[in-house]
Amino acid sequence: MAHDENISPNTPLEYQSGIGRLNIFGFWIFLGAEVILFSTIFATYFSIYTSTIGGHAAHGGHAGGVPMPGELFEIGNTLVMTIVLLISSFTCGLAIHEMRKRNTKSMIAWLVITLLFGLGFLYLEITEFMHLVHEGAALGTNAYWSSFYFLTGTHGLHVSLGIGWMILIILQIFKRGLTPDTAKKVFIASLYWHFLDFVWIFVYTGVYLIGMV
Amino acid sequence: MFDFIKDNLILNDPMLLGANISILLSVIGIVFILTYFKKWKWLWTEWLTSVDHKKIGIMYIIAAVIMLFRGGVDALLMRAQLTVPNNEFLTSQHYNEIFTTHGTIMIIFMAMPFVIGLMNVVVPLQIGARDVAFPYLNALSFWSFFFGAILFNISFVFGGSPDAGWTNYAPLAIEGSPGPGINYYLLGLQISGIGTLLTGINFIVTIIKMRAPGMTLMRMPMFTWTALITNFIIVFAFPVLTVTLALMTFDRLFGTHFFTLADGGMPMLWANLFWIWGHPEVYIVILPAFGIFSEIFATFARKTLFGYKSMVISIVTISFLSFLVWVHHFFTMGGTAAVNSVFSITTMAIAVPTGIKIFNWLLTLYKGRIEYTVPMLWSVGFIPTFLIGGVTGVMLGMAAADFQYHNSYFLVAHFHYTLICGTVFACFAGFVFWYPKMFGHKLNERLGKWTFWFFMIGFNVCFLPQFLLGFDGMPRRIYTYGPEDGWTGLNVVSTIGGIGMGIAFMILVYNVYYSFRYAKRETSGDAWGAGRTLEWATTTSVAPFYNFAVTPEVKGLDAFMIMKQEREAGKEEKPEYKPIHMPSNAGTPFVMSVFFFVAGFGLVFKLWWIAILGGIGVLACMALRSLRSHKEDEGYYVSVEEIINTEQKKEA
Repeated sequence: MAHDENISPNTPLEYQSGIGRLNIFGFWIFLGAEVILFSTIFATYFSIYTSTIGGHAAHGGHAGGVPMPGELFEIGNTLVMTIVLLISSFTCGLAIHEMRKRNTKSMIAWLVITLLFGLGFLYLEITEFMHLVHEGAALGTNAYWSSFYFLTGTHGLHVSLGIGWMILIILQIFKRGLTPDTAKKVFIASLYWHFLDFVWIFVYTGVYLIGMV
Repeated sequence: MFDFIKDNLILNDPMLLGANISILLSVIGIVFILTYFKKWKWLWTEWLTSVDHKKIGIMYIIAAVIMLFRGGVDALLMRAQLTVPNNEFLTSQHYNEIFTTHGTIMIIFMAMPFVIGLMNVVVPLQIGARDVAFPYLNALSFWSFFFGAILFNISFVFGGSPDAGWTNYAPLAIEGSPGPGINYYLLGLQISGIGTLLTGINFIVTIIKMRAPGMTLMRMPMFTWTALITNFIIVFAFPVLTVTLALMTFDRLFGTHFFTLADGGMPMLWANLFWIWGHPEVYIVILPAFGIFSEIFATFARKTLFGYKSMVISIVTISFLSFLVWVHHFFTMGGTAAVNSVFSITTMAIAVPTGIKIFNWLLTLYKGRIEYTVPMLWSVGFIPTFLIGGVTGVMLGMAAADFQYHNSYFLVAHFHYTLICGTVFACFAGFVFWYPKMFGHKLNERLGKWTFWFFMIGFNVCFLPQFLLGFDGMPRRIYTYGPEDGWTGLNVVSTIGGIGMGIAFMILVYNVYYSFRYAKRETSGDAWGAGRTLEWATTTSVAPFYNFAVTPEVKGLDAFMIMKQEREAGKEEKPEYKPIHMPSNAGTPFVMSVFFFVAGFGLVFKLWWIAILGGIGVLACMALRSLRSHKEDEGYYVSVEEIINTEQKKEA
């Protein structure tokens, strides 16, 4: 495609093809759109934050009322989720580091570890959702819980898509090895993965920490 | 299954029964013609799987013109209903559905696709590129828009149309509308919105990264500039719409409480979120229109655009301000005086950069050698009429005065004056202007002038009286009124004007047919003889599929003008052809959009298995695309021989 000439061998693999450079640039703009998407969901969450209709003001006991977020959020569980996701972002960075050194095997190893941490995060999130629903806080309970599930659910859906996407990319590397084309795909997936981590930090502080205060 | 179809197919209303029958007959007719002339394969290889930006642009425009017809019929039905007092031509429910679909279709499925279609045809040519940055994504953009539009449109014969206005305000759209109509609205817009967002990303990358050597940002043609800024607005605004629609979809399908009255929902949240997207949306359709007019003024006044730099600064300013005015859509809904004042000031501030543009256009015309072609007529006609729209906009922007005007026909007249004079005039102007680039011949000038005058006069006759009706207190969205209200006379006048615009549309359609049969074929790429920008620099009238045999070199603003001057001075170098790399056709964008449609349809009727089937199809298409390697997808090379053959055709 456009302007493929004069590529220095020191250029990272993912930037060596013209289409690779276009794709990476385009993906940054896509991430810009994703920032707006999550900002809108956060804005919605904070607008409805006090709409805990039916929630009982006093702590303890569930007679008749809907549980308040402060009662159900557990610092331990969500902290573990946060750490798991942060580590996965770190291992993803290591994968890119190995890719730059063209160590295909260790790159794949780190990608697989990233995936396992991602799956661990999802497992923890799903068990948390099940616990919340069991305690009487479901999607349709009130506006607060609707926006809680919408926000965390959108993030969780992004993580799930990211996992599926990364599995497809690992398969391609097994088949075709590390080329400017596959390197570009790994790099873009890593940008996406770091972005999800970035969003989670806001979820953790904005939803869980503030919710527990 | 049979019961489901029987329950939802609307057959009780004679008008809708007629619509059903005519749709059925058209489908049978199209299938028959395609089969009889053995055109199925041609349709698939040349159009449905095409990734050529010019063909995608043409498909966008065709779809937009069909939607213009549908939206126009809705408009005429409304005018027919309102012509006389106590009319019973339409029922109140039917009327609600018609003004809802009229607004939605005209904004989302007509105006925006029309300008995006023109962008597709023109922008890569104007910047000297072979195609957009992501041709495959471009096809996906078009098809998801197309199937979103189809999903929205089938509502009127299957299940019932949305009826809560194009703004779809909660709680009316949740608790007040139990049928599937609103679901159609939510999912039709959602699916086509995906396409729009992808277009935004695609064109930003195209314009920033794919310009021909020498084309700095400040040498870009004005239409490309407006396209760039518009696509930035798209990328910032459309994710908001995505979320907003998803929230209401959850409210309607899964029992959440974002916008409901009960359980803590906040209906006002819908209004805020909707207009944070909705006001920038207005500028998504108006800024490219400004770009089109700029090109046409410069071309037919034979002068460089006056105040190029201030034009650029003003569009950037407008795009920024467009995000800061959304509250003016509900000044009367209980905001504080301070809030209303802030948004009143930002709203009126938009008049400043817009005024700068108007003066620049006038100064471009000043001392120009003006040639009144049809595109020029539309552009010149635009200035005074758009001014009426702009000035009444400032009147509405004053929060205190808005308490008088809001929800009256004054508002209706105002936004039709801006959107029709801005966008629709520009669509017609650009359509006629770039027609030879798309089809190899011009439209007939005489018929074009008839279209212009019928539309121009019809438009003013239709909407000027509506300002007065607004002053007289006639509310918008009203289904009928009594003779004692005293609104009859002006409404009759308004309807006559509406008919005028309908006639203009028919002349335009006839013009397309007439010119296809009889117009002289253009031989040069510079059909108007006065082209200034690179889209006119192609050797053949219709740009070859690879656009330029040799990538042009840009030496200043109005790059083609400079090339022509050099050619006259005999400084032109002999072109040296190299094989050209082009992307291959792709069927997945079409198939994937069909699955989007299936998923959307399933959700509209809460038929979960259909929705899941569609969703799996979409994911499978994405996975297949991801698994393709660059090698398998790298397209093909056009040989030097073929380039020479194509390039010499015009000389023969």
